Amino acid sequence: MAPYHTRQKIRQTYSWIGRPLLDRKLHHRTYTEICVKIEGCSTPVHIQVGQFVLIEGDDDENPYVAKLIELFEDDFELHSKKRARVQWFVRFSEVPAHKQRLLGRKPDAQEIFWYDYPACDSNISAETIIGPVQVVALAPDEVIPVDLKNEKIFFVKLSWNEKKFRPLSPELFAELEKLQESSPKCQKSVEAMTKNIESPAWTTTEQVVKRIESSHSASKSRQTPTHPVVPTARKRLELGSLTFPHLSCLLGLGFPRTPHTKISQPTSQASLDSSGRTKRKVNFSETTSQTKRSHLYRSEMSSPALKTPEKTGKVQPFCAKDVKKASPKCCMILRTRVPALKTTQINEERTLTPVKGGQRPSVPSVVLKPENIKKREAKEPETQNQATATSHRIRRRSSLLTLNRIRQQLRVLENNKSDQEEEEFLPTAEVSDSSSEEEEASTPALSRRNTRCISRNLRPFLKPSIQTPSKTPKKMAKSRTPRCATPQIRSRNLTTPEPASMLEEARLRLHVSAVPESLPCREQEFQDIYSFVESKLFDRTGGCMYISGVPGTGKTATVHEVIRCLQQAAQANDVPPFQYIEVNGMKLTEPHQVYVQILQKLTGQKATANHAAKLLAKRFCASASPQETTVLLVDELDLLWTHKQDVMYNLFDWPTHKEAQLVVLTIANTMDLPERIMMNRVSSRLGLTRMSFQPYTHSQLQQILGSRLKHLKAFEDDAIQLVARKVAALSGDARRCLDICRRATEICEFSHQKPDSPGLVTVAHLMEAIDEMFSSSYITAIKNSSVLEQGFLRAILAEFHRSGLEEATLQQIYSQHVALCMMEGLPYPTMSETMAVCSRLGSCRLLLVEPSRNDLLLRVRLNVSQDDVLYALKEE
Amino acid sequence: MSSRKSKSNNIIHAECLSQVQRILRERFCHQTPHTNLFGVQVQYKHLIELLKRTAIHGESNSVLIIGPRGSGKTMLINHALKELMDIEVVSENILQVHLNGLLQINDKIALKEITRQLSLENVVGDKVFGSFAENLSFLLEALKKGDRTSSCPVIFILDEFDLFAHHKNQTLLYNLFDISQSAQTPVAVIGLTCRLCLSEDRSVREVLQRHFNISKNLRSLHTLLMLALTRVTVSHPFLTAADLMEANQLCSMDSKANIVHGLSVLEICLIIAMKHLNDIYEEEPFNFQMVYNEFQKFVQRKAHSVYNFEKPVVMKAFEHLQQLELIKPLERTSANSQREYQLMKLLLDNTQIMNALQKYPNCPTDVRQWATSSLSWL
Repeated sequence: MAPYHTRQKIRQTYSWIGRPLLDRKLHHRTYTEICVKIEGCSTPVHIQVGQFVLIEGDDDENPYVAKLIELFEDDFELHSKKRARVQWFVRFSEVPAHKQRLLGRKPDAQEIFWYDYPACDSNISAETIIGPVQVVALAPDEVIPVDLKNEKIFFVKLSWNEKKFRPLSPELFAELEKLQESSPKCQKSVEAMTKNIESPAWTTTEQVVKRIESSHSASKSRQTPTHPVVPTARKRLELGSLTFPHLSCLLGLGFPRTPHTKISQPTSQASLDSSGRTKRKVNFSETTSQTKRSHLYRSEMSSPALKTPEKTGKVQPFCAKDVKKASPKCCMILRTRVPALKTTQINEERTLTPVKGGQRPSVPSVVLKPENIKKREAKEPETQNQATATSHRIRRRSSLLTLNRIRQQLRVLENNKSDQEEEEFLPTAEVSDSSSEEEEASTPALSRRNTRCISRNLRPFLKPSIQTPSKTPKKMAKSRTPRCATPQIRSRNLTTPEPASMLEEARLRLHVSAVPESLPCREQEFQDIYSFVESKLFDRTGGCMYISGVPGTGKTATVHEVIRCLQQAAQANDVPPFQYIEVNGMKLTEPHQVYVQILQKLTGQKATANHAAKLLAKRFCASASPQETTVLLVDELDLLWTHKQDVMYNLFDWPTHKEAQLVVLTIANTMDLPERIMMNRVSSRLGLTRMSFQPYTHSQLQQILGSRLKHLKAFEDDAIQLVARKVAALSGDARRCLDICRRATEICEFSHQKPDSPGLVTVAHLMEAIDEMFSSSYITAIKNSSVLEQGFLRAILAEFHRSGLEEATLQQIYSQHVALCMMEGLPYPTMSETMAVCSRLGSCRLLLVEPSRNDLLLRVRLNVSQDDVLYALKEE
Repeated sequence: MSSRKSKSNNIIHAECLSQVQRILRERFCHQTPHTNLFGVQVQYKHLIELLKRTAIHGESNSVLIIGPRGSGKTMLINHALKELMDIEVVSENILQVHLNGLLQINDKIALKEITRQLSLENVVGDKVFGSFAENLSFLLEALKKGDRTSSCPVIFILDEFDLFAHHKNQTLLYNLFDISQSAQTPVAVIGLTCRLCLSEDRSVREVLQRHFNISKNLRSLHTLLMLALTRVTVSHPFLTAADLMEANQLCSMDSKANIVHGLSVLEICLIIAMKHLNDIYEEEPFNFQMVYNEFQKFVQRKAHSVYNFEKPVVMKAFEHLQQLELIKPLERTSANSQREYQLMKLLLDNTQIMNALQKYPNCPTDVRQWATSSLSWL
């Protein structure tokens, strides 16, 4: 579906056809037909009401499909007066992932669904229409005709109402049938088109002037137009321009960009290449110092409401525009000329939930592109800071309002200008408009429309990161700026072969890393954690939960699943959006590094541990503005123990602050960790929400194995039961259980060398694996040791028996050894040989020995029980 | 004529022999990986299967090879890797990281080494790499990015694995095993160790255990054969059982007894005195004065051939014994303590002393008698 992504390259102009009809109620002028003229193409396309159209979306490859219901001109819409009302269709990929399976079959590539969801916003800008498309209605049992398989034809069989798929109602079906007969004709009708003059032109006179002035800092020039308009804003911005050139540049980014900045990019890049390394250093210091400065700045401000970082945060989505060359993800976001309202939603989403699904789709898309940063570093080193600031994500309505006013004023001035830059500037204006609009008129209708838009707009952010996880990192490898680079192990040349046999398939499924779709036998725990987090999300409060359990009982996996479900629910707007962060005590070099990690995952900022702790404390304890909840998972909590216990204290103290909206889930092995190692003031803050994961019982282990090996007959039933019982009796560690089974498949494969044998893992194979896993290595070692070593061990036993102690000096043992050898008529070894034997056994840790400089006096202990040694020695 | 011929024959003979000697020596000294494996074929097959699965299927695995020193653990893994690299599809599809617990003494150094060997460092340029924490998160990030099907498998070989387990918090091991157990870049972690108690370590518990025990030390066998080989000369062209016996004797020689052979009669007398003291006081420590007294008794009552040395001379002999570490002070020697009264212990066993005395050249008979009869003369 490549031909659709035309917006950047091909300019389209839209004009009405026919005479308007005045709508009395809404003061709209409605039209029946619109003409789309594509630059460079002589024949304009005409689209009538009732036709099926493609609507520009976030994904250029797959634009939205809709049926045009109404075309009208709305003077109240500021940036795009041509409006259209549509009935949406959804593609299968747009259905939330967790509901896709409701369909129960594989959808056809060209299949779409009638979107039966009245709450969805159907008012769009007419200028987002790409072109007509053909939609064919089919009965539910009809097969999609092969001959009609052409990319521009879609088929609709079912309707989707966010809850389930239903067959089309008969009247709807009839209507669609009728439409599809009439549609092809319309496409061909050719009419004269009128000139489009309405599209707003954003290049202002001021800017032209500024361009001529060609100030060295593009930022300055961009920000000057605000001067004559609103005194308060001016004052603020001036401040910015004087003391914080980078910051003001940020502000400026919200304004229309001049081509000048674009041209200057390559040069600056070149200069960067030469001095890349120093730049980086400078940059680093700049970033940090800047944050400091911004704090300073904030404190200087007379009005506390006007916080700089927040504002920069607001502007951030448009900064992404600057960096689009490097990142396909960014491009996708930017190139779209989405209807105004949708843009708002994107913006909204970004402000509210920049981190969705733990993938951090939007923020890192800027942060993680080293190229982008590199390109822009020389000129605007604060790119990094932008991203950082973004994540503050605190909405400053008042400041935005002012900005919007400024912009509106500007628009009046620049009315009749040529529209050269229109495409680029559009989103900027749209955002400000719509957000202001939302502030002023927050009617229920406005809030209702979100549903659809969220589900539509969010997904594209998520999609790329899910589908192509390696895309971004691959690029990183080339980059020279490691500060933000995420490196990757190089990809393999050889593709992994599909599992050839049943056993291989089983082995793949049994691997611990294979994440199951759901965790059997942990339903209750899942439910408890889920409802805990969910209630906190709804209440907009914080809280702590302590989860304990021995290794391999599914603690981390359950929490992950809870988060996954909640993220899906947040996407579907069932729960408030939240941000998810995960840290692991074992993956930290030092407990205080946890601050650094949290801060980095939260905001993308890098700081030292102390600084990060301060920033986090400020964020969680001091900020008064509403924000989304943060869910923090701390795995291996016991590793965060410090002498002062300040790390744990902070982690449990933050959620108690009302503004923090922080939910902390902690995981550790020991059940009594709070009592054992925490001070009272720490454990009291942890609260009483405890949960302990019991080791799996044998029936549960059996169930787990069964669910992993579903529809795969690789094991005998008895064998599964055996391993489940064995492991349950020992530890109940599911990991161990899976490992044993995996080993058993290996043994099975090994023993069935003939290819024709079916290879079913039997009890015998499993027994062998269990023996291997649980057998004592010491006994094997003693059995396999040399005669002299065995004699020495005997001497040790004899000496212990004689003295009644569990310790003896080498001299004592030597004399025993000599006596034993004489008794058996063997030649006794020399002292040197005995020393060598002793140190050899000591290096195997069969013995615990002192350093050998003590010579004859070194003390020897057994590291195995005497019975074990006796058993091992007797066996021959 | 005939003598010349035999001479040239001799020369050829000698050349042949030295060549043979050279070849054999090479075989004994350099452990070449292409030698055949004996006794560990099963384990070898197992290991190579495991590595192949990691390389080809991208399945994460971890193995711990346990065995005493010199039992061929390193040879086994080298062999396996060599065979693996001979397979063309595999060789360009695999990354190896070799670490040694004796070299990478802490996680910090180990992380740098890993980064270096994975040549991730080019990502960083030649800038001095960041802090330990940064390093760790960098590497983890790198390994996390991959998944089973797309990224290149990495084989970590940790020699002296037990030493890694001593690192603080076992951060490195935890993370390596964590990666191998989650859906990240496929890794095979192979640990080589001679300690058997690792399975009791907390985070390493999940490691599969394989025991590759060969009963005897191969390296010592090589040394033995080397010694025997040096005895091969033109006049004695073939190894005999006697050669091996002699070599074995050389190997198993008691080093302390050898030292005793070279002592003076006075020093031998002192050692015997100490032995008696040990017998009387049941391994209690002694000091110089006690030894001197014992020696005096012997000289005055029994000795015919031993001259009654003055005390400073005996003291000198005593100190010589201390230097040879045949006796050992119980506490550290401090400058102001009286040397005569410092408590000492003998580092020779009775049997050792008796054996040494039997071989001692020209030992006076009264001394020998004194040694055997500890209490009779009282």
